[in-house]
Amino acid sequence: MIKITIDGIETEVPENMTVLEAARTVGIDIPTLCFLKDINEVGDCRMCLVEVEGARGFVPSCMQKVTDGMVIRTNTKEVNDARKNVLELILSAHEKKCLSCIRNGNCELQDLAQKFGITDVEFDGAINNKQIDDKSTSIVRNTAKCVLCRRCTSTCQKVQEIGAIECVNRGFDSTISTAGNKSLAEVNCTFCGQCIQNCPTAALHEKENIDEVWEKLKDENTVVLVQTAPAVRVALGEEFGMPIGTNAQGKMITALKRLGFNKVFDTNTGADFTIMEEASEFINRVLKADKKKPLPMLTSCCPAWIRFIEMEYPEYLANLSSCKSPHEMFGAILKTYYAEKNNIDPKNIYVVSVMPCVAKKFERQRPEMKNEDLYNVDAVITTRELAKMIRQANIDFEDLTDSGFDNPMGEATGAGAIFGTTGGVMEAALRTAQDLLTGKDLEEIKFEEIRGEKGIKRATVNVNGKDIRIIVASGLGNARKVMEMVKNGTAEADFIEVMACPGGCIMGGGQPIKSSKTRRKYDVRKLRADALYTIDEKSTIRKSHQNPVLQEIYKDFFGEPNGHKAHELLHTSYAKREKYL
Amino acid sequence: MNTIEKIHKIREEKRKELELRIKTNCDTREKHILVCHGTGCTSSKSPKILENFRKILEEKNIENVRVIKTGCFGLCAKGPVVIIRPENTFYAHVKPEDCEEIIQTHIVENKRVERLLCKDIDGKLVEKLDELEFYKKQKRIVLKNCGVINPEDIDEYIAFDGYLALEKVLTQMTPEEVIEEITKSGLRGRGGAGFPTGKKWLFARQAQGDQKYVVCNADEGDPGAFMDRSVLEGDPHSVIEAMMIAGYAIGANEGYIYVRAEYPIAVKRFQIAIDQAKEKGILGKNIFGTDFEFDLHIRLGAGAFVCGEETALLESIEGRRGQPRLKPPFPANSGLWKSPTLINNVETYANITQIILNGADWYSSIGTEGSKGTKVFALGGNVNNIGLVEVPMGTTLREIVYDIGGGIPNKREFKAAQTGGPSGGCIPAEYLDTPIDYESLKEIGSMMGSGGLIVMDDSKCMVNLAKFYLGFTVDESCGKCNPCRIGTKRMYEILEKLTNGEGTLEDIKKLEELTKTVSKASVCGLGQTASNPVISTLKYFRNEYEEHAADKKCSTNECKKLAKIEINPEACKGCGLCQKSCPVGAIEGEGPGTKRHINQDKCIKCGTCISKCPFKAIH
Repeated sequence: MIKITIDGIETEVPENMTVLEAARTVGIDIPTLCFLKDINEVGDCRMCLVEVEGARGFVPSCMQKVTDGMVIRTNTKEVNDARKNVLELILSAHEKKCLSCIRNGNCELQDLAQKFGITDVEFDGAINNKQIDDKSTSIVRNTAKCVLCRRCTSTCQKVQEIGAIECVNRGFDSTISTAGNKSLAEVNCTFCGQCIQNCPTAALHEKENIDEVWEKLKDENTVVLVQTAPAVRVALGEEFGMPIGTNAQGKMITALKRLGFNKVFDTNTGADFTIMEEASEFINRVLKADKKKPLPMLTSCCPAWIRFIEMEYPEYLANLSSCKSPHEMFGAILKTYYAEKNNIDPKNIYVVSVMPCVAKKFERQRPEMKNEDLYNVDAVITTRELAKMIRQANIDFEDLTDSGFDNPMGEATGAGAIFGTTGGVMEAALRTAQDLLTGKDLEEIKFEEIRGEKGIKRATVNVNGKDIRIIVASGLGNARKVMEMVKNGTAEADFIEVMACPGGCIMGGGQPIKSSKTRRKYDVRKLRADALYTIDEKSTIRKSHQNPVLQEIYKDFFGEPNGHKAHELLHTSYAKREKYL
Repeated sequence: MNTIEKIHKIREEKRKELELRIKTNCDTREKHILVCHGTGCTSSKSPKILENFRKILEEKNIENVRVIKTGCFGLCAKGPVVIIRPENTFYAHVKPEDCEEIIQTHIVENKRVERLLCKDIDGKLVEKLDELEFYKKQKRIVLKNCGVINPEDIDEYIAFDGYLALEKVLTQMTPEEVIEEITKSGLRGRGGAGFPTGKKWLFARQAQGDQKYVVCNADEGDPGAFMDRSVLEGDPHSVIEAMMIAGYAIGANEGYIYVRAEYPIAVKRFQIAIDQAKEKGILGKNIFGTDFEFDLHIRLGAGAFVCGEETALLESIEGRRGQPRLKPPFPANSGLWKSPTLINNVETYANITQIILNGADWYSSIGTEGSKGTKVFALGGNVNNIGLVEVPMGTTLREIVYDIGGGIPNKREFKAAQTGGPSGGCIPAEYLDTPIDYESLKEIGSMMGSGGLIVMDDSKCMVNLAKFYLGFTVDESCGKCNPCRIGTKRMYEILEKLTNGEGTLEDIKKLEELTKTVSKASVCGLGQTASNPVISTLKYFRNEYEEHAADKKCSTNECKKLAKIEINPEACKGCGLCQKSCPVGAIEGEGPGTKRHINQDKCIKCGTCISKCPFKAIH
């Protein structure tokens, strides 16, 4: 511990702490804009400048480490004037269309302007060069709203290790762009959407699909079915001021019904199907050495991860599980089994998936995601878009009473719920695989070693006398590390689960955006993950193969897992994809 | 024979042969025709001149005359320059077709080609280089070999004590002693900020690390500056030798020189120098029989001014976008690939061998209390002798402008001089007698900078000048931090408003406010100094700003949008010549004898009418 003085307060802080962190220990909240702990510590925005006795000029507190005896002043007139002036400069170059902005009310730049009491921007002049890229299915970039904080590029380069975006040009013309200034649709972007999550303004946001959903909801001839991913229910409440980690499933279902969806289903049920298929596929791969189906088997639920493999490691396409992701499986079932049962022409069914993800928007329109020339899913909206629809419909979310998913398709297991967090798919698959192999109903269903925040987790699980070596990775940077291990033969794994977003779907690119300050104060990932684990624990059925809906549909419709019909509807294929078009 | 002995032998033999290059009273029948091959003279066909000389000599079968390419002589305004030694005759503005006459008259007939001799400022014809006023007050340490040796021949460098300092360091001195000597000499960084070089070396020596690097900053970016380029073009080995000495002193075995790609000749000569040094066994392993080893690489810059900032330069060498890093940590502790790294600029290195050979006491006897040695300036702008000058620290601006530079052309008045390029400030006439050193320049609101020195006469508008430099900074800001990226743009926009006659006094206040924010809040030196041209012009020429803002007037008429061209009706004879010459039809009035007048809405202020009027009626 070392002694420092901040604004006259003498305190002791650990060595190696930054001035910014040290100030926070004594309740001083120095403003920041570009700073994101561990991801973007670059000192570019100059909002966190402070005075340090003996230092030349102002010092960026986000990067300056404390030293013994350091005397820091965070609140002098000079430093406040400089910060305010810099903020005004940022605002002067920003496209200030706040009222009609997608981030209105959830914008870190807006928050700063309010904090500094800026009512009028003193400087006028050119604004940032405007370029809109809305060509991709998932992500829209508007450079005029960019503040050049580099949070997106750092995330893309350092966390996801993709590097689809980088700063180009010099000086005032600096802008964030892609290789060859192409659309994100034409470069190596995986559409994970982590850039959106880290953007303080609306320079990056999802491509919205709300309007087409509204239109279908109004159309009396269309049966509009909606399904919601596990991660959505534990985050949606945040959009309406509920504490992080609130499970708002009941209110969410009520809201969806009020919005006019004909039936509200649970993607967790789809996840149960995925587990049935994936666990069966895995058992087959382990039992039969099939060159066409090599080990390690790689999970296939995450569309950004699939895009990543198709672009970066096409030689491992055969290792991917051929299972479609849960919502696609569920969409396929709704347009076949469900349609048949309820005597609806599948052409009149419109399936909407509410997802914590923007890559799902891309997955939805892949040509492989069609059966009988109909897309399995017709529209994907994010958690944020659903919240927006709820607000547009004048629904007071907090005051809603709870409802349940529609039956008979609404039954899901705890295994399906934990799909939304890193390690969840693996845990659910292991629960089913060990029962299928032993023919017993085993009680040991918690796999602690693959839970938690670590980016790469390893475990060996004994299933029916055989050691299964598993790896769980989240974040594409970690995925790359794992794939390099697979490549150089050091992976030593039979089954690998990957989710592209660090922490899994609960931290997906379509989830409510949390300011850097909120993320500093709360462990958002843990709170949302805990909510999913609680759902699992409270579930009466916690193994996918025990889901009665699933058992009935297999009996009535599919026959065997991995059987002919299942293959046709629930499985898919992949192809090598060029990184740059 | 070991390397040291071999080099001694070359030095001994070559020195005799080249004695005539530095002495006029040589007992020799040889003559050397030196043809400047600096960038300026090269672009004015000096390679063709060299070729012609050689061809003619061969045709005429003349012996004992050699034609040699050299680096820059400094007096670029007179280029292409040819010097004939040992007599030291200075021929100016030589054209390829003049070679025949020079050979015939000078070499064969031993007379002088008078029409090609230099006229000094007083109009007097001068034959010898050292008789020119331009050279009289100069002292050449950094440029000592420029214009003397063939930069593409290592033997010529060796002849003039080349690699003797390295030998001395490796065989007689400890690294600590080397650093002590540099510290004692008082040498300070010539890149601009003037940090004590010895201290920098000491920090790099003390830094912990298995691998250390020596880097040479040759990314000379100030508009109008070409000191470093000339050193690299004229005497590349002096930089290589100094970098090796630095390597020995700090414990580094690898060096990088970062040169801008816009300096193709410098790059080529430096590569030749590296190759020759390797061939001679000077660069490589077991240098001079010791266990010291050193390797050197060239890295090309793509022309971003910010890459002259040392940490941005390191980023660029590492292959990333040239953006500054936050300091601390300083490169001495965490530089290239996070290893301890010593960075000095070309001119700083070019002093090292002389300090080692002649001693710190000799060096510190030159210059002022706080600034030792000499400084090279690229003298440009409204001055007669445009070129490269090297003067002892403490020389006054007046001496440089009037004695060396030969004063202002067209009998105009000195208004100001800009030192330090876009990072520096302007110095008004009242400070002409300020001795130039690091401290005094800073005191009057400018800075030494890397050595650009632009002289401005009274026809220059200082608001427009500030706009010019801000325009440069806006283009060259890397875009990393907001104060520089947006702040310089906003300043530029205000200056544009002022020079367009759209500015207000309120704008001047905003401008002042911006200078403070940009200076204090920017990440690196580029941003922190970007406001200096505005600050200094506001300090010394505030009246011009106010005139632009309040009266919409530019007294120098440089700001075209503020200028108003009018025809004096009393002087106008109605000839109509102006009307015919006006490209936009702004001049009205019909028939001979009718007085003309200018439609101000149409006039584009090109000034053509002024030059056409035979009666000087238009102003």
